Amino acid sequence: MAPLNLARLIAVAADTIAAHAEELTALDQAIGDGDHGLNMKRGFEAVRAEAGAFAAKPLPDALKAIGTKLVMTVGGASGPLFGTLFMALGKEIAADPDRASLTAAFGKAIEAVAARGKSQVGQKTMLDVLQPVHDALAGGKTTAEIADIADAAAEATVPMKALRGRASFLGDRSIGHMDAGARSTALLVRSVGQAIGESA
Amino acid sequence: MSNVGIVIVSHSPLVAEGTADMVRQMVGNEVPLAWCGGNGHGGLGTSVEAIMGAIDKAWSEAGVAILVDLGGAETNSEMAVEMIGEPRAQKIIVCNAPIVEGAVMAATESSGGASLKEVVATAHELSPS
Repeated sequence: MAPLNLARLIAVAADTIAAHAEELTALDQAIGDGDHGLNMKRGFEAVRAEAGAFAAKPLPDALKAIGTKLVMTVGGASGPLFGTLFMALGKEIAADPDRASLTAAFGKAIEAVAARGKSQVGQKTMLDVLQPVHDALAGGKTTAEIADIADAAAEATVPMKALRGRASFLGDRSIGHMDAGARSTALLVRSVGQAIGESA
Repeated sequence: MSNVGIVIVSHSPLVAEGTADMVRQMVGNEVPLAWCGGNGHGGLGTSVEAIMGAIDKAWSEAGVAILVDLGGAETNSEMAVEMIGEPRAQKIIVCNAPIVEGAVMAATESSGGASLKEVVATAHELSPS
């Protein structure tokens, strides 16, 4: 794989989250506590503010540091979940990963998120995007295809009934709305794909 | 202080402070006690950083029991314990108990010099399961 420009990736991700903050908040208002967009934007702006320092580190250390920053700044339950994703990825990933080792590390990171949230695929959470993305990575899909798969996976949370998080309090009333965490995960996947595409 | 510390974590700072106030009035000052609540930006929520601060404040060599309200408070508390790391992490337990009753009962147990295990068990007796 082409060397990853981490500073560029952070900028693309922060821009994407900022551009969709209101949409994420609107999704979260429907079935959550209505702060997801603002929380994610705050977290990714905090990461952007230190992008240079993160990018100067080896990839595993950079990902761990980004995860810690997200935990501390996102707030709400999303902080530990997205933070755990990055921290676990940093713990598992090679300094210069190929697709196979990235896929393996990503699989471990998904397990860590599932453990942190005491959740599993099918419960209308970010895991419902992460798992199909992992499978697409394993299946050799292109970054563009993976981004589309992530969008479709977020869309597929609409008819699901939420079984974790604030939305689960609503029971059947959670059906018919997209999960905000699934949507932000799909946005991040597209950002990563875009940043990798630029450097390829 | 050698009594087990109690940390109260609610999405609402008012609930957290009110619960702590109730513990103080009912149990007295024999128990290290700290609370935190809200997302740090004026809204409902919980903050890992604030929880870590509260654990520091209520720290006791006998350990710390954390009482939480809803899911995010539990997730963030578990994250905070992990980030505090060993050796202290093994002396911190997030309780599965109702926050108000759990905090009062845990603190009462702690004030008598009970171990962390006993304090947590007392709180867990209140949990419907």
